Amino acid sequence: MFYREAGQFKSTYTADMAVFPILQDRIGIAVILLLAFVGVPLIGNDFFTTTVMIPFLVFSLAAIGLNILTGYTGLVSLGTAAFMGVGAYSCYKMTTWWPDMNIIVLILVSGLFSAAIGVFFGLPSLRIKGFYLAVATLAAQFFLQWAFVRVPWLFNYNASGAIEVPLRTVFGVPITGATASPETRYFVCLCLVVVLTWLASNIVHGRIGRSWMAVRDMDIAAELMGIKLLNAKLLAFAVSSFYCGVAGAMMIFLWYGGGEAADVFNIRLSFNVLFMVIIGGLGSLIGSFFGAMFIAGLPTILKFGLPAIGIPLAGATAEHITFMLVGALIIFFLIVEPHGLARLWQIAKQKLRTWPFPY
Amino acid sequence: MNAEPMNRTGEPVAAAKGEVLLSVEHISLRFGGVKAITDVSFDIRKGEVRAIIGPNGAGKTSMLNCINGFYHPQEGQITYKGVRRARVKPHQAASDGIARTFQNVALFKGMSTLDNIMTGRTLKMNRNFFWQALRHGPAMTEEIAHRKVVEDIIDFLQIQHIRKLPVGKLPYGLQKRVELGRALAMEPELLLLDEPMAGMNLEEKEDMCRFILDVNNEFGTTIALIEHDMGVVMDLSDRVVVLEYGRKIADGTPAEVKADQAVIDAYLGVAH
Repeated sequence: MFYREAGQFKSTYTADMAVFPILQDRIGIAVILLLAFVGVPLIGNDFFTTTVMIPFLVFSLAAIGLNILTGYTGLVSLGTAAFMGVGAYSCYKMTTWWPDMNIIVLILVSGLFSAAIGVFFGLPSLRIKGFYLAVATLAAQFFLQWAFVRVPWLFNYNASGAIEVPLRTVFGVPITGATASPETRYFVCLCLVVVLTWLASNIVHGRIGRSWMAVRDMDIAAELMGIKLLNAKLLAFAVSSFYCGVAGAMMIFLWYGGGEAADVFNIRLSFNVLFMVIIGGLGSLIGSFFGAMFIAGLPTILKFGLPAIGIPLAGATAEHITFMLVGALIIFFLIVEPHGLARLWQIAKQKLRTWPFPY
Repeated sequence: MNAEPMNRTGEPVAAAKGEVLLSVEHISLRFGGVKAITDVSFDIRKGEVRAIIGPNGAGKTSMLNCINGFYHPQEGQITYKGVRRARVKPHQAASDGIARTFQNVALFKGMSTLDNIMTGRTLKMNRNFFWQALRHGPAMTEEIAHRKVVEDIIDFLQIQHIRKLPVGKLPYGLQKRVELGRALAMEPELLLLDEPMAGMNLEEKEDMCRFILDVNNEFGTTIALIEHDMGVVMDLSDRVVVLEYGRKIADGTPAEVKADQAVIDAYLGVAH
């Protein structure tokens, strides 16, 4: 009843081409942003911020990255974690090269390294598609993961093989390192994610996004429109890996800390991000957030949320039940809506528009 | 169907239109041992509607594929706008002004009608990645300018009501129309239509014929079309080339072709 575009006439193409053409959507986004920027720091405690919100943001960004590649351009990749790792390690190398550089700039620049590596491993995509491309990107995953452990230059010949997250401040406020408060790290993550999501949305709604989708839907016809397949695919790899790289750098510098860098960028992470994209909805930016919430947020919320509301669960049992629940929910949602949560969300909005009538 | 060899403007067709836009000389195309096209030559003149007909498997679609660079014939050459073309890529053909529709609709199924036709404008848009990422200023101005062109095409094809619908869900006739719109968005000089009326009912065929004639008359676009409906071919086209088993068996005005014994034999069969 309240969600309706009736009476909202558009008299310019600019208004018609807006990403959120309906007023209620714009209000909704404003409320979500307000909650994220003001609500979460005010209400949430440190535990909630570090174990739910920061992982959610990091995974959202990685999912957006993979969605650009898989959802928009139709190229399946299993190398997401490796590209995230490239971001993390190049950010670490740069902090040792330029200790005085603003860490946020470094996190963004590390995305460029990841983009370059992504383009290199994307080269086979001109010749191979589908599962075969997935296998080719798997090579990136294994090779890079090997490099993270075996190439000592990457972790500055540290005996433990771990990388260190140094203390870096911006305007005197510690952003990374042990003394950075969860709120600050959350805030930096949030700003990066919001800005990068906005840019991604602009790209996919313009000429470049259309040519990606054209390549995905019918590459022969796309070529006939004058789209160069190799360029379009490599650009998709570059942008996708950039997002993954930034997400990886955020993961190590703003969330995990350096100790686990050698283990975390494994194939499991690649699959997790792929699941997020599939469950969230291929070819949908908002779906990336849904997917990240579902795969990364839900287990944590179940694990710590159930005891909090009085269902006694502890230790290993909680872990097992969480796995089972999440697994069941994944199957449930895929049966209900194979096109992901984003499509479910669209259907819900459509129903709301016509409510109380069925159509 | 016209009895006399007249085109729709009432002039005798024999006086062929304008200069030669594209000429195909002694083209042969083989896939391994299969000869798809053998030594075929014909030309397409500026502003005409040129039909390519023939029984199934005659090599008509292969011919179009040669023209827009999907296939590269082993022998012969194609001259377009006076320039001899060696192994063009499809996207080069596109930037040279050759657009095309497909026999089985090749739309971008996940995108809306609007986005499909906007994709046809890709080559005309040149704002770089960074403006695109901002989607303000020059990128937005460009987007709006092209949106206006696209809206004109949508008006022309009378598909306003399906503007925002995903094309995958549209009925077949409308999909064909959107595909024509997408090709028109490229503002082509030469438009290749591969069976634009296949699978349509009479009314849809009549609509499509009208669009094709309008495109030819109003935009001056040269059209080469493959079609199986002889009534349509005879009414629409200025000149017809007939292929059979990869060879050219006739070339001329619809009336000439219709009277040609080889063509009659090819279509009706011949007693041995």
